[in-house]
Amino acid sequence: MADAVNRRPPMVVFVASGFVLLWLLIAAFPFAWTVWGSFKVQADFFSRDTWWHAILGTNTTRVTGDAFTGGGYYGAWVLTGFWRAALSTAIVTVFVTVISLTFGTLGGYALARSTHRYRFVILVAALFFRAMPEITVVSGYLYPFFALNIWGYLPTAIIVLVALNQPFTLWMMYSFFQGIPRDLDESALVDGCTRFQAFRLAIVPVMWPGVITTGLFSFLLAYNDFTVTGLVLNENNQTMVPKISSYLGQIQAQGNVMYAVAAVVSVAIPIFLLVMFFQRYLVSGLTAGAVKG
Amino acid sequence: MPHSTFLRFMGPSLIAMLLFIALPIVSIVVQSLYVEHPQVLITSETCQPFGGCTTTTTVDASATAQLREDEPLGQFNGLGTYFDRNHLAFREIREILRTADGVGDVVSRIYNLPLYKALAFTVTYCLLVTPLAMILGLMIALAVNTVPQMLKGPVIFFSLVPMLITPLVGALILFWMLNSEGILGAAIQNIFNDPNLSTRTSAPLTWATLIAYGTWTNAPFSFIVFYAGLQAVPRDTLEAAMIDGASRLERIRYVVLPSLKPLILFVLLVQLMDNFRVFEPIISFNAAANATSLSFLIYSSLNTQTTQLFGSAAATSVITIGFIAVLIVPILLRIARELSTGRG
Repeated sequence: MADAVNRRPPMVVFVASGFVLLWLLIAAFPFAWTVWGSFKVQADFFSRDTWWHAILGTNTTRVTGDAFTGGGYYGAWVLTGFWRAALSTAIVTVFVTVISLTFGTLGGYALARSTHRYRFVILVAALFFRAMPEITVVSGYLYPFFALNIWGYLPTAIIVLVALNQPFTLWMMYSFFQGIPRDLDESALVDGCTRFQAFRLAIVPVMWPGVITTGLFSFLLAYNDFTVTGLVLNENNQTMVPKISSYLGQIQAQGNVMYAVAAVVSVAIPIFLLVMFFQRYLVSGLTAGAVKG
Repeated sequence: MPHSTFLRFMGPSLIAMLLFIALPIVSIVVQSLYVEHPQVLITSETCQPFGGCTTTTTVDASATAQLREDEPLGQFNGLGTYFDRNHLAFREIREILRTADGVGDVVSRIYNLPLYKALAFTVTYCLLVTPLAMILGLMIALAVNTVPQMLKGPVIFFSLVPMLITPLVGALILFWMLNSEGILGAAIQNIFNDPNLSTRTSAPLTWATLIAYGTWTNAPFSFIVFYAGLQAVPRDTLEAAMIDGASRLERIRYVVLPSLKPLILFVLLVQLMDNFRVFEPIISFNAAANATSLSFLIYSSLNTQTTQLFGSAAATSVITIGFIAVLIVPILLRIARELSTGRG
């Protein structure tokens, strides 16, 4: 009987499958196309005459003697110093993730266990901060940063990203800690632990699923950021995303769009890997906020 | 938990938010009241025996630099920046209303004022992308719920990528396909049989492609959340509805959707917040001529070749935060009420 709900007329299954396959195509084709095209020359990547050029690499073969070329990647990573941007991105994302998780875990725990009314004020204020476009706050930094002479450096961008990350991290960790029974740390308190010992001994061992999930999103926020890194970092410290946007200005004029295409694919690959390995955590993170409402 | 312990746990996070979110709000309010110093001009009159006198105006570079150094914030301008042509432009609007003939003329002339142009796109984007992405996401969720198990894993994998991809990068990938030299752009030209149709020349096409990008990148979030919600739809109610003879669509309308209602509100809130800050796609699509957003206006005031227009950026920021407050505060108050009645 239970399967009556699941029984579907073949027609419905057919239409639904078709729709799902269409969505798969819409979601995945742009990436497949760009990754494939990044190994061609520009005349193939943008070939108006016939799309077989892009698929077969006709012009690429004519120019380089092979249907595939790593020219775009060489140009981006070696000639225009994309490796330095990748290094900056690595530094920024690692520090932002670690620091925002530390701050957010402590804060989220306090919010989940406190019984005072002011915790709602903090939570609602955090939600309002989350709603403000980042750039409105960034426009408030720039002038003080110039005045203090700290504009342009990686630590500056890291601190700013950590702060902008806090509202989200606090909410995620808050709702995660709400799901951990209070008895766990309260029994430790009864046994004579201080609050911090209770947190370290009773909570830390069980909090890792929540920390990993929140950490993934903190990582993505830092990795995907353009607003802060684009305005706060100077040219030598640029991370990958502002570096790509700088390609759009200069390189298009020089006719080397393929550097930008190669850089774009290089930025996308870590995201593919992240989704591949952490799919379960990402889905649980996306739905965690929803269940809490 | 005693106040002191709470403060010790909360401290780092609170300090970070106060210093780098709350204080900058104060900073933009202050900055918005100032305006960059004008250049110091020297007017000198040179007279020649037979040529008469000519007055020449030159910029006194050292005096300008000195003035800027003495008062780096600029000169006090009160609310002047808010009312100038680049912001609320009340005087221009009065002028337009006085002289314009017809509603169409009023609309098109107000649309030419930078802030209103940005506002028009931001609001349109928000109001179109949010429902489109939610409907598409719900449709995918319902469809995925129906298809054989083996399809579900790949669908979730490939759906997460457009959503989690760096916005600037995702938008570029679509832009390269949609611009006049890309595969989809060329297809659009063939369909409309117009070889000159491109995002560079056509404002409606630019808006349409930006909205298509927004839907593409936002739909997966709705899909994932709604798909999780579908697993929790009460089976008894579904069975009861079936026994009562409800059709497939009626079951969706009267059982599934009501049980998804809290999720729909959650997705709506998150999507409105995210879509209101639309920014990167405009850079990727190189769309500033045809479509700008409030965030993009602030960025372009700050990212200038010469002097950064802090006052202008700050005024736009304050106006933007004002809009957010009007949009979000009612929802926030509701959440605050729910939290304090213990439902959180």
